[in-house]
Amino acid sequence: MSGKANKVVVLPCSGIGKVYGAIARETTYELMERVRPGVVVTICLPLLVIEDPDAKQLVTDNPVITIDGCPKSCAQKSVEAQGVKPARTYQAIGFYKAHKELKPGGIAELDENGRNLAALAADELAQIVDELAAGGQE
Amino acid sequence: MALEVLKVGVVSCSGEAIPGGTVSRIACRKVLDERPGETVTICLPLFIAGGKEERDFAGKYPTITVDGCEKRCAQRSTERLSGKPSKSLLVPEILKKHGIDPPTSLRNLRPEEKAATQVVAEEIARAVDEILEG
Repeated sequence: MSGKANKVVVLPCSGIGKVYGAIARETTYELMERVRPGVVVTICLPLLVIEDPDAKQLVTDNPVITIDGCPKSCAQKSVEAQGVKPARTYQAIGFYKAHKELKPGGIAELDENGRNLAALAADELAQIVDELAAGGQE
Repeated sequence: MALEVLKVGVVSCSGEAIPGGTVSRIACRKVLDERPGETVTICLPLFIAGGKEERDFAGKYPTITVDGCEKRCAQRSTERLSGKPSKSLLVPEILKKHGIDPPTSLRNLRPEEKAATQVVAEEIARAVDEILEG
């Protein structure tokens, strides 16, 4: 895989119980729709739980970034359960620790701080995405 | 003597890549917020990433699965890794029954799309009532 990747799979936590799950999801959408459209793709994390063959192929063939919402690290572990090591793993709370002026709120729908934090996190992940898309540092 | 059911488990597919997953996620969250004493949830991937306690979820609570597409990840994962759900709901079927067009947004649902989350939430709440009433 090294040296030929051009898609990067970003897999966020699937949680609906904590704000950092929502931050993980929103950061993924920001990367996919605004920051690196056409490069960043995602899939429903539960597809890995049911061992969907297309989902498994996608994470096997491309570098994967996981963004988890809590220490249980479902996204990371779900990828690892397929025998794939994620290229990068993040905890969404780390984004907040780096930007404490943006304390996020909301779960189903993030508040303004949450949306701004996710946008900032996506901007900061862009360089990593570019490196992985170029086939480096896996 | 019949055992009294105190809480109902709600498992959302949560699908990040499809609008039906977003509807499922928001509708489930709405029911959980409005019925805090009667409902409980679990993040679906915890059936893999968690331990025995997480996998006992459907044994501990009568469970409603809510799926956003025909792949039925929530239903299939719960059946395979935890236990048979009491009820399995499918967002496209609910919307079709109510004559509502499926949303196309992955996030930031438009006002007209929010009607979809409301009818799905109502359907989940009805299912919760049916289970609690036995």
